[in-house]
Amino acid sequence: MLIKQLSIFLENKKGRFTEVTNLLGEAGINMTAFTVAENSDFGIVRLVVSEPEKARDLLKEHRYAVSVTDVVCIQMPNVPGALAKIMTAINDAGVFIEYMYAFSQGETANVVIRPTDIDKCLAVLGRGNCGA
Amino acid sequence: MIWNETMECMSRDDMRKLQGNRLVESVKRVYNNCEPYRKRMQEKGLSPSDIRSLDDIVKLPFTSKKDLRDYYPFGLMSAPISEIVRVHASSGTTGKPIVAGYTRKDLEIWGEVGARCFTAYGIRKQDVVQVSYGYGLFTGGLGAHSAVETLGGTVVPMSSGNTEKQIMLMHDLGAVGLACTPSYALYLADALADSPYPREEFKLKIGAFGAEPWTEGMRKELEEKLGIKAYDIYGLTEIIGPGVGHECEFQNGTHLCEDHFYPEIVNPETGEPVAPGEMGELVFSTITKEGMPLLRFRTRDLTSLHYEKCECGRTSVRMGRILGRCDDMLIIRGVNVFPSQVESVICELPQLEPHYLLVVDRINNLDTLEVHVEVNEAFYSDEVNKMLEIRKDVVHRLQSVLGILPDVKLVEPRSIERSQGKAKRVVDKRKLQ
Repeated sequence: MLIKQLSIFLENKKGRFTEVTNLLGEAGINMTAFTVAENSDFGIVRLVVSEPEKARDLLKEHRYAVSVTDVVCIQMPNVPGALAKIMTAINDAGVFIEYMYAFSQGETANVVIRPTDIDKCLAVLGRGNCGA
Repeated sequence: MIWNETMECMSRDDMRKLQGNRLVESVKRVYNNCEPYRKRMQEKGLSPSDIRSLDDIVKLPFTSKKDLRDYYPFGLMSAPISEIVRVHASSGTTGKPIVAGYTRKDLEIWGEVGARCFTAYGIRKQDVVQVSYGYGLFTGGLGAHSAVETLGGTVVPMSSGNTEKQIMLMHDLGAVGLACTPSYALYLADALADSPYPREEFKLKIGAFGAEPWTEGMRKELEEKLGIKAYDIYGLTEIIGPGVGHECEFQNGTHLCEDHFYPEIVNPETGEPVAPGEMGELVFSTITKEGMPLLRFRTRDLTSLHYEKCECGRTSVRMGRILGRCDDMLIIRGVNVFPSQVESVICELPQLEPHYLLVVDRINNLDTLEVHVEVNEAFYSDEVNKMLEIRKDVVHRLQSVLGILPDVKLVEPRSIERSQGKAKRVVDKRKLQ
């Protein structure tokens, strides 16, 4: 399914991400998943949260460079080969993946994908019955 | 409109004659009243009778900023303290400031030249002007203040700081003009956008910005953000303060009030005059001042002078854009770098905010230049590659303009300090070692 992901630009400085987590925590916004893409100067934190619009407004208010991006979240059984099936379907359709990250708990696993072509990606997953 | 047509539209020949006469009088004044000048002229074998016209000005010795420090505080005054009614001082970052003393007549001249500036920007008697330059020793606040008062406009003497109140009064009092430093204007622009008042409820349409060098890119930025026309006001504490020169509606250079402040351009290395239109160091002789008249004061500003009549009708000489101050020039890996060059690149790129900081350091005996820039909100991406592309683009453009390879750091929004006075754009760590 299509979900909203927050992307926050952060300089590589001590305490920057701590501040973000505090802000969200105090506002009662829950984080489901996050990942950090970094280089020597800055990082981009990608977050899946309970209330993305509220979180964006809150962070903007505190002068963070934050944007909301559409990504695809796929749920699948937490078993060997499940992701392979999905990746194959996406790859065969010629959809390129900018980045992705995954998390699993108990019986289910979740993959968040930022494809180059969101509509095509969703269509492929719908056809392949991959739980998207 | 033109405030003083007689002076601002005088023929070049008449102007030279007037300047010559005033120079002769001014030389007599300093020779008779100011010992350091008298000694210097005597050392060169000069007496006031040797200066008979403008052509003789090249015989006169130069005055430097160092002289003003050496004769601190009153050594270069040509009027007794009983005649001095006010002092101002420059923001000296190291050691003692430079002190300038004004007689009552000097203050009148200051008001007169200031009124010429604000008239050229389109300010009229019925207009409210918010003066958000700092009031105090700095010439900005009181200079712009007396300019607007002389013109007959309504001054709101806000001074700098207290931004929320600035915006509230600008809104409530219906200020048409805003006078402040360009960097503070940018700060106010952000504050105005964040304020509860919609732009259409403001009457603001004219900005008079100065006291620090700024670029065309910054002008565009200010005009777009504030929805105004932005004009440059030029001045130096040593000469009088803001009002030495101004732009007109054609914005084709800065008209100088040359009937009071006679400008020359000299080669900064040799001190020899350059041909009209050529770039060099700007030198001023004040030819009407009483308190602290200066002969051939070297401003350290690099620019050029143009004598063709302007479309606005003024015949007064126009100064080109100031490329930088000789003193602002950084030498990095043997290459001359001006902060204004960096600014021009940054303001051209829509991906960037018009704020920057240069950090110069020496690591393993090699000079390094780091340029900190803020990315415009609309251009932040969730993809690292896109951010790196922005950085690469900035590095390339800077390298082609500066001739050296800088390290560009993308920093978070509003993390570069917004100045409320003169912007601090350079941190040179080499000097601290």
